[in-house]
Amino acid sequence: MPQELFNKPVTELSGMLARGEVSAVELMRSVAERTRKVEPKVHAFNSLDEEDALAQAAASDARRAAAKASGAEVHALEGIPIGIKDVISVAGQPLTASSRMLATFVSPYDATVTTKLKAAGAICWGRLNLDEFAMGSSTENSAFGVTSNPYDLERVPGGSSGGSAASVAAGEAIASLGSDTGGSIRQPAALCNIVGLKPSYGRVSRYGLIAFASSLDQIGPFARSVDDAATVLGAISGHDRRDSTSLRMEVPDYRRGMDELRKSGRKWRLGIPKEYFGEGLDPEVGAAVQAAIAEYTKLGCEVREVSLPHTKYAVGAYYIIATAECSSNLARFDGVRYGHRSKDATDALDLYFKSRAEGFGPEVKRRIILGTYVLSSGYYDAYYLRAQKVRTLIRRDFLEAYKQVDAIVTPTSPTPAFRKGEKAANPLAMYLNDIYTIGVNLAGLPGISIPCGFTGGGLPIGLQIIGQPFKETELLAVARSYEERNDWRNRFPTL
Amino acid sequence: MPKPEDFNLDHVANLARINLTAEEKTRFSSQLGDVLTYIAQLNEVNVDGVEPTAHAFPVVNVWADDVAEAGLPVEDALRNAPEKRDNMFVVPKVVE
Repeated sequence: MPQELFNKPVTELSGMLARGEVSAVELMRSVAERTRKVEPKVHAFNSLDEEDALAQAAASDARRAAAKASGAEVHALEGIPIGIKDVISVAGQPLTASSRMLATFVSPYDATVTTKLKAAGAICWGRLNLDEFAMGSSTENSAFGVTSNPYDLERVPGGSSGGSAASVAAGEAIASLGSDTGGSIRQPAALCNIVGLKPSYGRVSRYGLIAFASSLDQIGPFARSVDDAATVLGAISGHDRRDSTSLRMEVPDYRRGMDELRKSGRKWRLGIPKEYFGEGLDPEVGAAVQAAIAEYTKLGCEVREVSLPHTKYAVGAYYIIATAECSSNLARFDGVRYGHRSKDATDALDLYFKSRAEGFGPEVKRRIILGTYVLSSGYYDAYYLRAQKVRTLIRRDFLEAYKQVDAIVTPTSPTPAFRKGEKAANPLAMYLNDIYTIGVNLAGLPGISIPCGFTGGGLPIGLQIIGQPFKETELLAVARSYEERNDWRNRFPTL
Repeated sequence: MPKPEDFNLDHVANLARINLTAEEKTRFSSQLGDVLTYIAQLNEVNVDGVEPTAHAFPVVNVWADDVAEAGLPVEDALRNAPEKRDNMFVVPKVVE
């Protein structure tokens, strides 16, 4: 496919916009037309507001003209359409979390990341589909239809940020935002041949993100290149007094930092955790990841085996901690102040029982119930407290490995995209799909997935690189040094 | 650790304030049974003397400046209310 506007990366489009070769309105039109064409097949969006997006684009063109006249600096995201996962607030737009519970909800305010994107001049484009309340790994748990993988419409795009990944892969957005609690950015990025980055916990404000598991959730970018991911990350990072868990740390210029590291010719020490290459890993995925590791060796990186001995307990610890936090966070959906209210309630208590029964889908109910159980009287120590201690051990494993290496390289997902319906009836099988991504959330580390090849059947494969706390610049530099040696990102889906 | 068979779905669903249909009860019992059996492997881990981690990077005593500022306007706060009257949320009668 020739590179149309809608398939280009931010780095190229921002140059074209700056030189006046294209306007923000023309770019937005190209993306909107593409979306109209492929959306019936992909279904990445829960809703679209083309008129609003075009108005934002016109305002962007006006800002650029004014900046040109005054000589003011223009942000690289000025005029770039960025899709937003439908769990992040955009004032005046719907916010459904892909749940019947919030089918008619309209955001009264902007999330901090939305405010920051708007300040950078980006166009907030559409509401992207997800697993209900971000609970799932396939986007099949949406109350508003399943998103398709653009590389094979019979297969899932991954999840929970499936719409965010599919929209960028299909040319329906130039970049997008998702959220990652146990792999919900990295896994769909891997399955859709794009870059997905989960920042260190506390790097990006969660204000205005519908909470799933507050100690694990982070917002991060999907993009067509490592450079683009760095640009979006720079725009959304930083301390926010509205999120008490966001950290007071300076936000580096990620792209400049990457370039400096590259010029310095630094040779990375990379760790390969043996526990991530065992049973359950698809042979084609394993081979592609080994080939990527071989590229790093050719680059002069020092590659060595490391051990993360508590890896096998990560999924168990995660499904205790995440469900406990979700049962608490989702208690707010009571049918009183917002969200679905049952029409048949006889009294106040009945209102809770019926509104929640009618409003939540099956996976959300399962997780609330599991989380309620592990926190309930008599079970707290055995489940929740024990899981928190195992979390400590998982985190220690990573910090121990980082005494020897700069970053850890693994597959992102044990398999390529699976067929729709394949795991829908078996929650445990679905949970085990997150085995390589979950530890990163438990430890609060930054992680990125980048394209590293395709299966014989044409399905994308992702490489996960896990960085040290708050060393996103180094993580991005490691990712980019591999990315610039291949062309996987330019293999677009046929739609 | 408790045994997976200790799990009483009716009791927990009641705590969680969610009505379940008979079909959901059958399905969730079996699915959550599988998950609890899987989770039981955490018993193998020696956690003696290990401190629990609630947050990867704990921050404590985060204070806001003691300065009054505008909150969400009433009309915005009520915008998504399922039922409202006189700037208030309407709920079913809770006292006789």
